[in-house]
Amino acid sequence: MSLRSRWRKIMNVVMLSLTGLCALFTVSVLFFILGYLAWYGGKSLNWAFFTKLPVPVGETGGGMANAIVGSGKLLLLASLVGVPFGLLGGVYLSEFGGQTFSFFVRYTTDLLNGVPSIVMGIFAYTVVVLPMKHFSTLAGGMALGVMMVPIAVRTTEESLRAVPLVLREGAFALGASKWRTVATVVMPAAMRGIVTGVMLALARVAGEAAPLLFTAFGNAFWSSGWDQPIASLPVMIYTYAISAYDDWHRQAWAAGLVLLALVLVANVGGRFIVSRGIALRRG
Amino acid sequence: MVMKTSEESRPTESAAGAATPWPADIKMRAAGLDFYYGGKQALHTIGLAVPTGRITALIGPSGCGKTTFLRILNRMYETVPHARPEGEVLLDGEDIFSLDVVNLRRRVGMVFQKPNPFPKSIFDNIAYGLRINGMASRRTLAELVEKSLRRAALWDEVKDQLHKSAYAISGGQQQRLCIARALAVEPEVLLLDEPCSALDPIATAKIEELLFNLKDLCTMLIVTHNMQQAARGADYTGFFLMGRLIEFNKTAMIFKTPARKETEDYITGRFG
Repeated sequence: MSLRSRWRKIMNVVMLSLTGLCALFTVSVLFFILGYLAWYGGKSLNWAFFTKLPVPVGETGGGMANAIVGSGKLLLLASLVGVPFGLLGGVYLSEFGGQTFSFFVRYTTDLLNGVPSIVMGIFAYTVVVLPMKHFSTLAGGMALGVMMVPIAVRTTEESLRAVPLVLREGAFALGASKWRTVATVVMPAAMRGIVTGVMLALARVAGEAAPLLFTAFGNAFWSSGWDQPIASLPVMIYTYAISAYDDWHRQAWAAGLVLLALVLVANVGGRFIVSRGIALRRG
Repeated sequence: MVMKTSEESRPTESAAGAATPWPADIKMRAAGLDFYYGGKQALHTIGLAVPTGRITALIGPSGCGKTTFLRILNRMYETVPHARPEGEVLLDGEDIFSLDVVNLRRRVGMVFQKPNPFPKSIFDNIAYGLRINGMASRRTLAELVEKSLRRAALWDEVKDQLHKSAYAISGGQQQRLCIARALAVEPEVLLLDEPCSALDPIATAKIEELLFNLKDLCTMLIVTHNMQQAARGADYTGFFLMGRLIEFNKTAMIFKTPARKETEDYITGRFG
């Protein structure tokens, strides 16, 4: 065997091992986090965590029922803002946009995606909290909603672009208008990608504490209305994790696990609904 | 340079001659038609009259402009940016460029090179055009879907799986589904862009037979690479070469006694 071919074989093995190691590292970090969370969170998780309100320092027990519901309400509000804007913005970029304006919108969207979440919080604080003169669910939902928009826009755009032109032309050839074609042929064909994108955006904002700190604030009790402060899992995790009490640390782990589970359930559920819809259409 | 070797060609009507009644035996007519993709000219002064209720085939080597020409007739070229026609195309004497495009495409249907069923059920594929054009009530919809599928000789093969996905049937069946879908909205003209190029010979034969039987329903214009297909089924044939219409005549004349040397070379297989 010549030196050259031996060198080639060695390089091949080295590079193969290197890429394999890096892949393994990525996966193991993820599983390490998941395992750690499941271990510590699982230990502290009990039925009371889902049904009881937090208790004052010193007392043991209690739960985060208000924060779980609070996160749900905040995400609902966020979707009401993020999904329509994200969806229709994505449709515009993919189907109707001209060259210059689309470039501008796409660029702005990417910038918006890069805005630190704490800045989004300040924005919502200035626009909603200051005029209302107090923290509110509304303000928190809006901050999260605005953060969803760029992700939803870009994933919707990408999914719509992946639908082949011949499908659109098929509808045009039957006398369908542009909008009709988009709504009845292109969007259904891209539904799987669109739902995945929305879920991705939702998962991204579900774990945000920073924009909620001075918008939704927090609440030790049930929130008394949409215009009142509300507890949320990420903020609870933040508050409990930096506290000095072991019991609170355990609760923070449990909250982390619940948050992760909620995102996972929403994700799998969303995909399941879409694939069932497709399966139904396939008969 | 307009070649009019056909006995179908008539003295051109000038704009002033609008009083001349539009001949019933001509469905569409292109005159002095140029076409550009950006700065590149793809068609040069095409003049061609499509006879009513006949099958007209367009043949020629790849890139000769036959598909481009076809896509002008229902303005499908508009999906391509910077594409621009110059000249005149008339449908029953009306300028297609001043017609409403949605309306034009309802009258001039199209079947594409590859089957392109919508990701919906077989039933919904056919019902699509009927629904968007408000051509069927809830009561008549199923009936009209069946009629269209029967016309496309597909009914017996799919009647038990109407609510299955259109992707569950074979390529040949999908293409007949697309023909049925186009026929459902009762177009006056049907444009077919190499409808059999992705199909095997058996599926091709089925579609050819089908098209032949549809002649009474609408005027058909078919782009094909397959010369036997043109020779077998078409009443008229046009030969395109490098963006020009070289010859247009009855199919028998084109294949037996072509007037131009280029046509003869192409159909005898000397190039292309």
